[in-house]
Amino acid sequence: MSEVAAADVAAWKARMPRAFGPTAAGRRRRWLGAVAFVVWLAALLWWFDFSPLRLWNGLSGLLVILRQMVPPSPGEHWDMILWGLCESVAMAFLGSTIAVLVAFPLGFLGANNVVVNALAHFSIRRWFDLFRGMDQLIWALAFVRAVGLGPLAGVLAIAAAEIAVLAKLFAEAIENADSRQTEAITAVGGRRILAIRFGLLPQVFPVMLAQYLYQIESNTRSASILGVVGAGGIGLQIAERIKVRYWDEVLFIILLILVMVAVIDTISAMVRRRIIGA
Amino acid sequence: MDGVWGDAPAGRGQRPRLAVTVASAELAFRARSLARRRATFGYGSVVLVLLAVSAVVSEVYPRSLIDGLPRVGEYFYKLLPTLQADALFAGTKTKGSFAYWMYRLDAWAWLLFETSQIAALATLMGAGLAGLACFPAAANLAPNRAVYLVCRRTLELFRTVPDIVYALILVWAFGVGPMAGIFAIALHTVGALGKLFAEVVENADMRPWEGVRAAGGNWVQAVRFAIVPQVAPNFLSYVLLRFEINVRGATVIGFVGAGGIGQELYVVISRNYYEEIGAIILLIVLVVAAIDLVSERLRNAVVGRE
Repeated sequence: MSEVAAADVAAWKARMPRAFGPTAAGRRRRWLGAVAFVVWLAALLWWFDFSPLRLWNGLSGLLVILRQMVPPSPGEHWDMILWGLCESVAMAFLGSTIAVLVAFPLGFLGANNVVVNALAHFSIRRWFDLFRGMDQLIWALAFVRAVGLGPLAGVLAIAAAEIAVLAKLFAEAIENADSRQTEAITAVGGRRILAIRFGLLPQVFPVMLAQYLYQIESNTRSASILGVVGAGGIGLQIAERIKVRYWDEVLFIILLILVMVAVIDTISAMVRRRIIGA
Repeated sequence: MDGVWGDAPAGRGQRPRLAVTVASAELAFRARSLARRRATFGYGSVVLVLLAVSAVVSEVYPRSLIDGLPRVGEYFYKLLPTLQADALFAGTKTKGSFAYWMYRLDAWAWLLFETSQIAALATLMGAGLAGLACFPAAANLAPNRAVYLVCRRTLELFRTVPDIVYALILVWAFGVGPMAGIFAIALHTVGALGKLFAEVVENADMRPWEGVRAAGGNWVQAVRFAIVPQVAPNFLSYVLLRFEINVRGATVIGFVGAGGIGQELYVVISRNYYEEIGAIILLIVLVVAAIDLVSERLRNAVVGRE
């Protein structure tokens, strides 16, 4: 009986080797993969100098900093901190608005149902991709050099960095719009611009509005750090206090940023519910 | 209700009624569009006032714009290399060639590689911690509500502080160099990925879980054998997405001294080496785009295999 079963098992094993666990080749591949991973990890840790001593020193240094952070304190210049927060929110709002206004026509340019030429469509889209690769802080640093320190550089950086992102999203929204509504306008004799206004725009407008609100939220977060490179806002305050190691004030500012982000998120959610109903 | 148009031909007496109906409908329509226009006008003026206030707060006056924008154009124009068509492919010594423009390509390429490895290691660390923290932070697996709330709030805390702020602090603790940058990006990644992971876990099918628990498996075993196989592809896809984001982050983390190409970029920008700025930015954009492309392919493959 058991011999029959053993023969059965052998027969099934021959027919479906994968059902009995990984094959020899598969096991070898996994093993090689694991070894390669460990070697890569070890090489990186060695390259970046992750010695136990350095880790220990760093962690104890961090502990000292954390201990000096509590209790958080507003310090003497709390008025400047509050002004920095206002500046950050203003920069985010203005930058997002400029980005949306510029990205709006660009989105139509990048949509393949508006600009039908494949080569033009492809090259416009690649331009969007190219500009998306640049982080907001790089823009901020460049604008600080161009227009000087201050929130103006921050506004321009937010706008410049988000234009390409928004243009791509808008273009995708326009491409996903239902073409029958524009066809209907054309069929009753509407010109192309009218077809876009009454056939396309009503479909994509809610998407654009949602994106606008989301941009305000996300840019409030990023506007809080642009000051690190001198582009205005609360980031400048935090960077200055870190330089002179006023850790209790640093924690206070971080907590204020958390509150600010939460407040902006709540307002944005309210507006979204009110206008889009979602 | 027969519909307004349906009973129109029934008799002469009906016609005035139809006209009245149409007229009242027209009136209602006008009233509604007037109300809508008023609402649009109201909201629009609120937005405009807010914009004006923001412009004042952030010092965006017409005057500063008129002064500033030409300088922006001038600055970005200076970043463009002076290439000469006849010498494009000449050696590093000839002005106007690609090689002259990218004369430090070897150093920059190495720094870009370092940047990508900073991002990779940070993503790995962050994903590892997030992968541990996400199970108690999922509402369907958390042993009790207190554990769930504590884990969720902690992840949120990690997520809300931007990685550059972590970097500023950690540079003090760990010294200037890639280590501070790696930990900074990893800390932010824990929060960002932990939330996404927890949401994936919450959407997992609970029947395998019940099966393992019924067969006597403990919590850890149930997570390992019932949940992990279900969520692994989505986890991997999110990790790759985060890696793309972290590569972008790692390019600027050097601005505060935390390693990578950002440190070099910061130096050339503050010294106004215009053509080098242009070259480095171009290289960053190309590398970021290439990594995005590969990662996107991998992501599609991972989720498609599910």
